Amino acid sequence: MMEGLDDGPDFLSEEDRGLKAINVDLQSDAALQVDISDALSERDKVKFTVHTKSSLPNFKQNEFSVVRQHEEFIWLHDSFVENEDYAGYIIPPAPPRPDFDASREKLQKLGEGEGSMTKEEFTKMKQELEAEYLAIFKKTVAMHEVFLCRVAAHPILRRDLNFHVFLEYNQDLSVRGKNKKEKLEDFFKNMVKSADGVIVSGVKDVDDFFEHERTFLLEYHNRVKDASAKSDRMTRSHKSAADDYNRIGSSLYALGTQDSTDICKFFLKVSELFDKTRKIEARVSADEDLKLSDLLKYYLRESQAAKDLLYRRSRSLVDYENANKALDKARAKNKDVLQAETSQQLCCQKFEKISESAKQELIDFKTRRVAAFRKNLVELAELELKHAKRGWAQWLMPLIPALEVRSSRPQANMGNLQLLQNCLAVLNGDT
Amino acid sequence: MAAEREPPPLGDGKPTDFEDLEDGEDLFTSTVSTLESSPSSPEPASLPAEDISANSNGPKPTEVVLDDDREDLFAEATEEVSLDSPEREPILSSEPSPAVTPVTPTTLIAPRIESKSMSAPVIFDRSREEIEEEANGDIFDIEIGVSDPEKVGDGMNAYMAYRVTTKTSLSMFSKSEFSVKRRFSDFLGLHSKLASKYLHVGYIVPPAPEKSIVGMTKVKVGKEDSSSTEFVEKRRAALERYLQRTVKHPTLLQDPDLRQFLESSELPRAVNTQALSGAGILRMVNKAADAVNKMTIKMNESDAWFEEKQQQFENLDQQLRELHVSVEALVCHRKELSANTAAFAKSAAMLGNSEDHTALSRALSQLAEVEEKIDQLHQEQAFADFYMFSELLSDYIRLIAAVKGVFDHRMKCWQKWEDAQITLLKKREAEAKMMVANKPDKIQQAKNEIREWEAKVQQGERDFEQISKTIRKEVGRFEKERVKDFKTVIIKYLESLVQTQQQLIKYWEAFLPEAKAIA
Repeated sequence: MMEGLDDGPDFLSEEDRGLKAINVDLQSDAALQVDISDALSERDKVKFTVHTKSSLPNFKQNEFSVVRQHEEFIWLHDSFVENEDYAGYIIPPAPPRPDFDASREKLQKLGEGEGSMTKEEFTKMKQELEAEYLAIFKKTVAMHEVFLCRVAAHPILRRDLNFHVFLEYNQDLSVRGKNKKEKLEDFFKNMVKSADGVIVSGVKDVDDFFEHERTFLLEYHNRVKDASAKSDRMTRSHKSAADDYNRIGSSLYALGTQDSTDICKFFLKVSELFDKTRKIEARVSADEDLKLSDLLKYYLRESQAAKDLLYRRSRSLVDYENANKALDKARAKNKDVLQAETSQQLCCQKFEKISESAKQELIDFKTRRVAAFRKNLVELAELELKHAKRGWAQWLMPLIPALEVRSSRPQANMGNLQLLQNCLAVLNGDT
Repeated sequence: MAAEREPPPLGDGKPTDFEDLEDGEDLFTSTVSTLESSPSSPEPASLPAEDISANSNGPKPTEVVLDDDREDLFAEATEEVSLDSPEREPILSSEPSPAVTPVTPTTLIAPRIESKSMSAPVIFDRSREEIEEEANGDIFDIEIGVSDPEKVGDGMNAYMAYRVTTKTSLSMFSKSEFSVKRRFSDFLGLHSKLASKYLHVGYIVPPAPEKSIVGMTKVKVGKEDSSSTEFVEKRRAALERYLQRTVKHPTLLQDPDLRQFLESSELPRAVNTQALSGAGILRMVNKAADAVNKMTIKMNESDAWFEEKQQQFENLDQQLRELHVSVEALVCHRKELSANTAAFAKSAAMLGNSEDHTALSRALSQLAEVEEKIDQLHQEQAFADFYMFSELLSDYIRLIAAVKGVFDHRMKCWQKWEDAQITLLKKREAEAKMMVANKPDKIQQAKNEIREWEAKVQQGERDFEQISKTIRKEVGRFEKERVKDFKTVIIKYLESLVQTQQQLIKYWEAFLPEAKAIA
C-alpha cells in the first residue's frame, strides 16, 4: 500500500508539498510548534507521526515525536468539549475520519478486472487510482495537522494537560473508539442538546454584539453548508469530465495505431493531447477541491463550533437567570438563601467568564475566517491561471522535435494555451 | 513528414490516372449515361446495347459513338489535368480544350453527342481525374445550408419544415441561389431514391439522419422546452451535414432527383418513408431476408484487397463506436459540470450576502460571478463537444454501415453471377441430354436457353467487375473524405478548447485582484 508522503512526479503542485495548515493563520510561535511530519497508511488505519518542537518547561525534551491514530485525535477533541473550563472558547473542530473506502474499493475492482483490460489501460487506471488515493491521504493528514496547530496556537488550550500528554506520551494512549453503548449515549446527548438549543435560542440576548453574532452565525452556517455541498458536486463533475478525456485519449490511440492512412499520426498526436489535458484537468479539479471545497468544509465545521460556543453561553445565561429566580424565591421564603446565593454567584461568574472569552473568540474567528478565505481564494485564482497558462510545458518540449515544428523555438513554461495553439499550427500545416 | 501531406493532386495524379483510363472504359460510359436525363447504373462499354435493359434510358447509339473516339481522347486528356468537373466548365475560363463548351450535361447531351462527339468523353476523362483530385480539394462550387426550422400545422399532423438554401455557380442549376422548404420525410425520400439507384452498383450513398419518434412527438405536441429545441437543432444540423455530404459525391451531384430536391418548390410527398407504410414493411422484410442471405453466402474472395478493406472497416467501426461512447460521456459530464457550477455560483452569492466583512463579501460575490461565466463557458464547450465531435463520430458510424452495405451488394452480385454460371452449366447438360435423346425442337429451345444464360453469365461477370471497380474508387474517395473530415473537425474542436482556455484565463485574471483586495 502507499506509504509516506512521496508525491507522484507531476501530480501535486509545489504548494501542496509543504502541507502547511491551509486554513489557519498560524502564529509562528517558538514556544510550541506542532506538525505532522510523517504518516503511514496501513490497511484501514492511518498512523500519524506528530512532531513537536517546544521551549516550554512543561516538556521533558525540546523536540520529540509520537505516533498517533485518528481515534486519539477524537479523544483529545472530546476532552476539550467536555471540559467546563473551556466552555467559553471555540473548540477547534475535530478532523474528519480518514475515508479510504471508496478509493480502496476502486483499487480492488481494478485488480479484479486486470485480465479484461489492455496493459496500457490498466496502467493508466492504476495511476489514476493511486493519484486519487494519494490525494485523499494528503488531505486527511492536512486536516489532522490543522487541528493540532489550532490547539497549539490557542493561548489557553495549548496549556491543556491532555494536550501535553497527547504530544509527549510515546506509548499508546489506549483510547478505544466508542462502543455501541457510548455511541448511543452520544446520540441522545446530541438530541437533548439540539432540543435545548432551540429553547435557549428563544431567549433574547441583551448584548447586541452576541445577538448580532447569533443571527449571523446561523445564517452563515447554513449557507456555508449549501456552498460546500455544491462545491463538492462541482469538483466531482469536473473530475469525471477529466476522466472522460482519459478514455477518449485511449480510444484515439487505438484508432491511431490501427489506422493505415495518414491520419494515424494525427490521431496519435491528438490522443497524446487528450492525455495531457486530462492530467491538467484532474489537477484543476484537485486544486479546486483543495482550495475551495475544503475551505468551505472547514468553515462549516468551525462555524458549527462557534455556534456551539454561543449555545454554551446562552445555556449559562439561562442558568444564571434561573439561579437569580431561585435566589429571589429563596429570599422570599427565607430558606437556603446562602446556598442559592452561592449558586447564583457561580452562575454569574461562569456567565461572565464565558461572555468575555466568547467575545474575543468570535472576533478572532472572524479575523481567521477572512484571512483564510483571502489566502485560499487568491491561491485558487493563481492555480487556475497557472494551469491554463503553464500546464502543458512538460509535454510540448519532447513533442516539438517529433512534430518538426516550423517555428522550432522551444519555449519553456509555455501555457496550455500556447501549446494548444502550436499543436494546432502543426496539425494544420500537415494538411 | 511527407506521409502526412496529401500528394499534390495535379502532378502525381497523372500517371495513375492514365493507367486507369485504359481500364476505365466502364466508368467512362457509365458517367456519360448518368449525364443523361435519368441515371442508369453504370454499364460496361463493350456491350452497351443489351445492358441498359435494366435501366430506364440509355441511348445506345450514343455510347457506340463515344467508344470510337475514346482512344484519341486519352491523348488529349493527359495534357489537361484540371481540377474541374464537367459541370464546372462555365467557371473555369482557362479551359484549354476548345472542344468543350459550357454545357449542362443533362439537358444537352443529345445534341452534343451528335455535334461534338469528342467533348463528352473529354468531360468524362476530366471527371475521372477530378474525382481523385476533388477528393483532395474542396472545389465543389455548391454550398448547402439548412436553416429556419418552422413548425407547420398542429397536433399530431404537425411537422417541421426546414429551409434548404443552395448557393452555386454550377450551370446544371437554373439559378445561382435559391431555397426551398422541405420536411424531414422529404430528405428520407431523397435518400431512398438515391439508395435504390446507386447502392447496388457500389456507390456509397451517405445515410440520412435517423427518425426519432420520441423527439418528433414532443415537437408535435408543442412542448416549448429546451429539449425539444435541442432536438430540432440537432436534426437541422444533421440534415445539413447529410446534404453537404451528398453533394460532395460527384456522381450523386448529377442526379436529377437531387436537383429536383434542391430546386423545385413542390415535391411529391414521400409516403414510402413512413415506418408503417407498405413500403416500410417491405423494407423490413427485405432487411431480414438480406441478413439471412448474408450468413449463407460464402464467397470465394479472389481479391485480397476487398477482404483487407472489409476487415479494416470492421475494426474502424468498432473503434469509432468506442470513441463515440466516451465522447458522449464527456458531453454528459460537461453538462453536469455546467449545472453544478451554476448552482455553486448561486450558493456563493448567497454566502457573500451573509458575510459581514465587506471586502470578503464583495470577493465572494465576484467569485460567484466568475463561476457563473465559467458555467456558460462549460455549456458552450459541451455544445462544441457534441456538435463537432460526437455527431461526426455517429455520422461516420452510419457511413461505415453504408460502406458495409456496399460490400454486401458486391457479394450478392457475385452470388448472382455464380448462380448464372451454375444455371448455364445445367442448361448445357440439359442440351447434351437432348442431343443424345435427339429431340430437335427441344434442342433448339435448349440452345436458346444456353445463349440466354451465357449472356447472363457474362453480364453477371461484368456487373461484378463493375461493382468491384466502383467500390474501389468509392472506398478510396471515402478514405480521403474521412481523413479530411476528421482532421478538420478535430482541429476545430481543439480550437474550441483553446478558446475556452483563453476565456478562463481572462475570468480568473479579473478575479485575482479582487481576491487580493480582501483586507
